[in-house]
Amino acid sequence: MKLTLEIWRQKDANDKGHFETYELDNVSSHMSFLEMLDVLNQELIEKGEEPVAFDHDCREAICGTCGFVINGVAHGHMKRNTVCQLHMRTFKDGDHLVLEPWRAKAFPMVRDLIVDRSAFERIQRAGGYISARTGSAPDANSILIPKEQAEAALDFAECIGCGACVASCPNGAAMLFVGARIAHLGFLPQGQPERAERAKAMVAAMEQEGFGACTNYTSCEATCPKGVSIVGIAKMNKDYFNAKLFGGGNLGGKE
Amino acid sequence: MEKDVGLYGSTLGKKALMAITGIILFFYLVGHMLGNLQIFLDPAQIDKYAHLLHASAAFLWSVRLVLLFCLGVHILAAFQVWWRSRTARPVKYKVFNPPDVDYAAKTMVWSGPIIAAFLVYHLLHLTVGSVHPDYVHLGAYNNVIAGFQQTPVAIAYIVALLLLAFHLYHGLWSLFQTMGWDHPKFGPWRRPLAVLLTVVIAAGFISVPVAVMTGVLQLVGG
Amino acid sequence: MKLEAKIPSGPLADKWTEYKAHTALVSPANKRKHTILIVGTGLAGGGAAAALGELGYKVKAFCYQDSARRAHSIAAQGGINAAKNYQNDGDTVFRLFYDTIKGGDFRAREANTYRLAEISNEIIDQCVAQGVPFGREYSGYLANRTFGGAQVSRTFYARGETGQQLLLGAYNSLNAQVNAGNVDVFERTEMLDLIVIDGVARGIVVRDMVSGEVSSHFGDAVLLCTGGYSNVFFLSTSAKGCNGSALWRAYKRGAAFANPSFTQIHPTAIPQSGDFQSKLTLMSESLRNDGRVWVPKKAGDDRPPNQIPEDERDYYLERIYPSFGNMVPRDVASRNAKNVCDEGRGIGPTKRGVYLDFAVAIERLGVDVIKDRYGNLFEMYEMINDEDPYETPMMIYPAPHYTMGGLWVDYDLMSTIPGLFVLGEANFSDHGANRLGASALMQGLADGFFVIPNTLGQYIAKGKHPEVDPNCDEVRKVEQDAKDFNQKLLDIKGSKTVDYFHRAMGMIMLDKCGMARSKEGLNEAIEKIGKLKEEFWADVKVPGTGESLNQELEKAGRVADYFDLAILMCLDAREREESCGGHFREEHKTEEGEARRDDENFCHVTVWEHMGEDQAPQAHKEELEFEYVELTQRSYK
Repeated sequence: MKLTLEIWRQKDANDKGHFETYELDNVSSHMSFLEMLDVLNQELIEKGEEPVAFDHDCREAICGTCGFVINGVAHGHMKRNTVCQLHMRTFKDGDHLVLEPWRAKAFPMVRDLIVDRSAFERIQRAGGYISARTGSAPDANSILIPKEQAEAALDFAECIGCGACVASCPNGAAMLFVGARIAHLGFLPQGQPERAERAKAMVAAMEQEGFGACTNYTSCEATCPKGVSIVGIAKMNKDYFNAKLFGGGNLGGKE
Repeated sequence: MEKDVGLYGSTLGKKALMAITGIILFFYLVGHMLGNLQIFLDPAQIDKYAHLLHASAAFLWSVRLVLLFCLGVHILAAFQVWWRSRTARPVKYKVFNPPDVDYAAKTMVWSGPIIAAFLVYHLLHLTVGSVHPDYVHLGAYNNVIAGFQQTPVAIAYIVALLLLAFHLYHGLWSLFQTMGWDHPKFGPWRRPLAVLLTVVIAAGFISVPVAVMTGVLQLVGG
Repeated sequence: MKLEAKIPSGPLADKWTEYKAHTALVSPANKRKHTILIVGTGLAGGGAAAALGELGYKVKAFCYQDSARRAHSIAAQGGINAAKNYQNDGDTVFRLFYDTIKGGDFRAREANTYRLAEISNEIIDQCVAQGVPFGREYSGYLANRTFGGAQVSRTFYARGETGQQLLLGAYNSLNAQVNAGNVDVFERTEMLDLIVIDGVARGIVVRDMVSGEVSSHFGDAVLLCTGGYSNVFFLSTSAKGCNGSALWRAYKRGAAFANPSFTQIHPTAIPQSGDFQSKLTLMSESLRNDGRVWVPKKAGDDRPPNQIPEDERDYYLERIYPSFGNMVPRDVASRNAKNVCDEGRGIGPTKRGVYLDFAVAIERLGVDVIKDRYGNLFEMYEMINDEDPYETPMMIYPAPHYTMGGLWVDYDLMSTIPGLFVLGEANFSDHGANRLGASALMQGLADGFFVIPNTLGQYIAKGKHPEVDPNCDEVRKVEQDAKDFNQKLLDIKGSKTVDYFHRAMGMIMLDKCGMARSKEGLNEAIEKIGKLKEEFWADVKVPGTGESLNQELEKAGRVADYFDLAILMCLDAREREESCGGHFREEHKTEEGEARRDDENFCHVTVWEHMGEDQAPQAHKEELEFEYVELTQRSYK
């Protein structure tokens, strides 16, 4: 099939950036979207032009490295997907596709379709963990966790940190990402002692990064490659208010 | 270490304040609507009710002040949240079609200001009476009917009330999310509940101008 | 070259305990004065950074990804082994050790493998404490599944994304140490070279992949935790960025390379679908628990699978290996898939594939149970192949997946360069000639969280670690070499892309140094790759400059190293005149076509020493001594 690609090109953070249009023939329907871009890049290099820079690594939708916006939708039109697992058979011959990087103040531009997501790192480091010193753990089966609870934690732990939630939020909010981390650890008994501190620290860090506010658009959930639920955001809000108002006094215990 | 922005400094805190003030305003609306519906009883009933509300100036003004305060906080926080989100994406997308965006959520940004403007008009119209053709202090029954007998006014009310319904629907649904009131058993019922409450309130309010326009309610001699 | 494995004396089961009891320690106050450089932030590197940070060392961790959480450990699906015996099915540390060493076809070190099995239990405890949401029973106890090469159920899992969950656990611990100020992480930073001063590893030269700036970092020890080099085959299950350059450049600075040809070709990947294919996607081996592998009995049978009647199907693994059936180790499963395809009985558009059929399991257990066990894998399969595996059997084919070979290390995990330690897949030590499923995660975490914190102290405490002068000649020279290397690539300005060369080399390697190898084929490969390498250095086209983000330049450097590594792999495969594990030499097989090991002549590790740019490397031997296991012909029949 034949495609027209309108791709954002920007040399570095200081460059203004612009759209460049490319025509691509002979796109096989078996290709993934990134393989299609590989083909484009090979052609560009052979023509003596600079290839389109895009982030990618595992290409099996788990590392969370890849991602850009295709025709206004983060990771493209297929639900529960990343661009590396988006297949060309879901497009039509002659499609015109506009490719843009994640756009958010908190994700500064790096090059072309690559942005800097280190804001996520700083949020995680503020408190997105359980401090379990190596060697101090009790026998694994001494902590019983009902299956449903472990599964609920896992539903949130599936977040791959790709940033699509920020990219597709009309407000540029990072609530789904932060909520997922807080809910993952908050569902587990091991996560209770630091639950209040975690919520306070992570929310404070998030606010510092310049992400937008949540106004419950729910487009984050709709574009999340792992289908992480906005219930995580409610959990985060609850933990945060509890921590701020009552020092976390009524957190912990059953959830 | 991150600088702690404080509870109100965070967007979460601002949203919570919007939710809490929203709840108070919502309860006021419920009372307001129930009061309005007395118009379908004996014409004297609603005038009596108006007198009752005005019996104690202290009571009346404390309620008004609380409402004004809630409204102020609601609007201020909304403005700050909106501004924050506006600046969170300095470079806009060329094409932006986020899927599954809640329609009501999209309308909040402009439904809010329009409702605020309508509120000013409504107060001048039926509380102060300065934009009313035939205003009589505490003559609630005739004030309402005479007011709505002007068709453009009645239509404006209906439109504004429909907007309010959207606003309420989104607000009612999302306040559970914002406040973190979530439970696996209750979660799926949040939206239907919001729809139900919204429909009841909107229907209650809108029934009055509709009744006037259709002639169900008529002026009484005086 | 002296290869001293430094294995503690005493009974196998006591070695590690004794070692810990007598190893030299660094006082808490002094740890702060020692900087440890860690390259790679997967389970091994991330775990080491966290654990050493907790101890109080000053740690600098480097990764090429934009986040430590994206290291390729994340892609491991099936699970992690531990000898907990929670199932009461007779598992012990010894049995896990035995299964692992037998699975590796008796080409690993007894002491290392035993230590791995011993630590396995602590790992599970630690992961649960970190908040890893392992699969559980309704009672709240941990659940287990069975994996290839074992007759006990000892694999812990989190759906089909165990690696992701374990890596998040390690990453969280790492973040806690970053927050505590003990660890600095340098993302989008690639190691270009190793700085060796007076024969001791003292630092690394790195390139900031965004600005292109080349700089050096110094420390008292360098830990390479950079994973494997399966991408030498171009198509593999590794992430696109996975590379062997850190290992190769350390090799060129004097670290010996052990068993480079030991590669694992994983049996259950999705077959290739076209020439544009950029990587292969794995389907977890755990699928073989409930899936039955088959091909048509007749060669060239083109009917759709559902129309091939039961008696015209060949469930070849169940037929040939009645006792392990579909659960034979990976090397055996892969080789048999290759054999049936070579016989013309392969399926799918390319005829390089076999069926993995869940019909019986679905009938027996119901769709819901299967969905619960493999739901996300089935989804992934459907996404890629546009076929519903609940309805039609999956198509699978082997794919390069893991490299058992790696830099040689002693019991302390130290390479032949003092101060250079190698952890996880990057070293050679624990898996011999074939790795059992669910043991890579185990090794990464064991090395990172539990081994290195105990063995590093010995080196730090015993040596002197004078400050490195950042302007000394040694540092300047290595920095300049690294810059020149990149500039040379940019200056070629030829006509062919990096991918063209990489793909061509991968095809040669897969054909000649993949699932089956022969002397003749390896000679041919060495010659062809040599020529291709010459062509690469004369005609590769790397656009852009070194002073900005340049993904082609990154790839070019890696591929340049892969040429040399590929040749070393072929040399190693040619040298080893036996078949063992994943290394199958056509010349050395039994009458039934099974691998024939030669314990008489090849019960050793082949350790290669770099002798200079245009010199043949020299092969050394570390003899493997087995005191506790009897070397048997591996049989899964």
